[in-house]
Amino acid sequence: MKRNLPLIFAFLTGFLVVISEFIPHRPFSLMISTLQNWFLIISGFAILLGQISLFQANLAKIKQKESGWYFYLAGLISFMIMLLTGLLWGTQEYKGILGHGTHLQSLVGSKPFDYLFDFAYMPLSATMFSLLAFFIASAAYRAFIIRSFESNLLMITAVIVILGRTSFGSMLTSWLPENLRFWHLPNLSDFIMEFPNSAAQRAIMISAALGIIGSSLRIILGIERSYLGGDK
Amino acid sequence: MKKTLLLVMVLWSIVSFSAAKALFSANDVPWDDGKALMLNWSAPADTVNLQKADSLGNWVTIFKGVGKEFQDRDLDPDKTYSYRLLIPRAALGDSIAFKATAQPKEQWFYLNKLSYLLILLAVSLAVLYYVNGARRGKDYFIRRISGLDSMDEAIGRATEKGKPILFVPGISDLDDIQTIASLTILSHLAHKAAEYDTALIVPCRFSMVLSASREIVKEAYLKAGKPDSYREDRIFYLTDDQFGYVAGIDGIMVREQPAANFFLGSFYAESLILAETGFSTGAIQTSGTAQASQLPFFVVSCDYTLIGEELFAASAYLSRDPQQLGSLKGHDFGKLLTILLIIIGVIAEIAGWHGFKAFFEGAQ
Repeated sequence: MKRNLPLIFAFLTGFLVVISEFIPHRPFSLMISTLQNWFLIISGFAILLGQISLFQANLAKIKQKESGWYFYLAGLISFMIMLLTGLLWGTQEYKGILGHGTHLQSLVGSKPFDYLFDFAYMPLSATMFSLLAFFIASAAYRAFIIRSFESNLLMITAVIVILGRTSFGSMLTSWLPENLRFWHLPNLSDFIMEFPNSAAQRAIMISAALGIIGSSLRIILGIERSYLGGDK
Repeated sequence: MKKTLLLVMVLWSIVSFSAAKALFSANDVPWDDGKALMLNWSAPADTVNLQKADSLGNWVTIFKGVGKEFQDRDLDPDKTYSYRLLIPRAALGDSIAFKATAQPKEQWFYLNKLSYLLILLAVSLAVLYYVNGARRGKDYFIRRISGLDSMDEAIGRATEKGKPILFVPGISDLDDIQTIASLTILSHLAHKAAEYDTALIVPCRFSMVLSASREIVKEAYLKAGKPDSYREDRIFYLTDDQFGYVAGIDGIMVREQPAANFFLGSFYAESLILAETGFSTGAIQTSGTAQASQLPFFVVSCDYTLIGEELFAASAYLSRDPQQLGSLKGHDFGKLLTILLIIIGVIAEIAGWHGFKAFFEGAQ
């Protein structure tokens, strides 16, 4: 029963969601949004579980003085500071336990939580994101090294697309006559992005959609059970 | 004489009423959820003013401009709505008004989704047919997926080096099918890791994924007969923030130097940051996602990549369960059906039969 009950729930919920997609009449039309709301409620409660795990995992590493334990300590301190500033003085429109903290606001220009969010959290987040530019450069370098026919093709295509998206590329082929406009780099770049690239992306998306149908069916029918922790 | 005059007046009112009805009409949008009404008018005017009566009976303008129709959405089913069309007469400085009322009605089927339903039924029946065939003992050929075959190699390497395995179940919550597909692979991976006594690290972005991952890994260790080797603290929550999560995983990769990294699930802008950091540590990397835009990044930086449907086929492929393998044949039928529909669609469009395309586009 311990194993069968989740399987019955998975079958009923999966079946109801599928048929609700095609029936606009109540109660079916409200089914998907209701289930999504239930999911949000459960997620809300589960947040606490995450916070407990965060504390347990970090405290254990700090106690055992694992390598880089001070990073875990910094993480916990940051967490506590954000939590306390939010609880005590609230956020932009909501007041906290100690009110709006007008005195602090006059000192730093905004509420402490918002100040930390704007001037600590956001720059840190942006820094991580901006690393992408450097990683793209190193990954592209490796991808474009000519080793085989395929990598050769990849490199040529990439050069056309990169040049086609710059004013330099446009300038290079601007002298081409009207009847050869297709070979003008920006046009060629647009062609590559619009047709071969879209075709390949759609092929992946169609096959992924078929995979989703198959995967969902296996779960709904109880053939796939490993997400419950075991096969039998 | 009076009778004739009366008859003419009655006839004139009927004709003018019919004309008004033809000039302006409000009708329920068919085959929908009863939240929309279609308003049509054929008034010979450049600009019209369309108004709706609010709950107090006051007229509120909902459309002003040039056009012949307007769809009023977000309505309540079975409620009567009144509309008024005002056509300005510039010469006289006034407007002619036409009125119409209608009730949006809920239907029992979205007709514009008929094509989706037919495709879904065809693919589902094919999956069931092949699963049934596998149950009866029929052996189906499934092509090799090197990304999944390499799983043993990756675990073996981690075991030899005495380093842990890192498994990242994507950055989506449990309501994403990619996360569920990823967790089914985690089950097989945890079983192998338990057999080889290799440490498995699973950092999670969402609490729901955390609890599901813990349950799955715990069960896998139990099945492998090594419940004592299971360590709950190795499956932990990092943060809900996308780039905070990436920073945390990058830190783990740099500090703990896992010998094998698995990035399976739903990934967005962080895919390359993760894969490149893993590459720099020299780990053997396997990735898989159905996000077409992230696949090139994984292909460049990882040793093996599961592309699109391979992620969903992974659990069936790894379990070698005949029923699950049979369902993969159903995917192949779906692909064949799609290829046929594309070919027929192209021929139909070339021949000028636009109905075929319109049917699959969901036009009513």
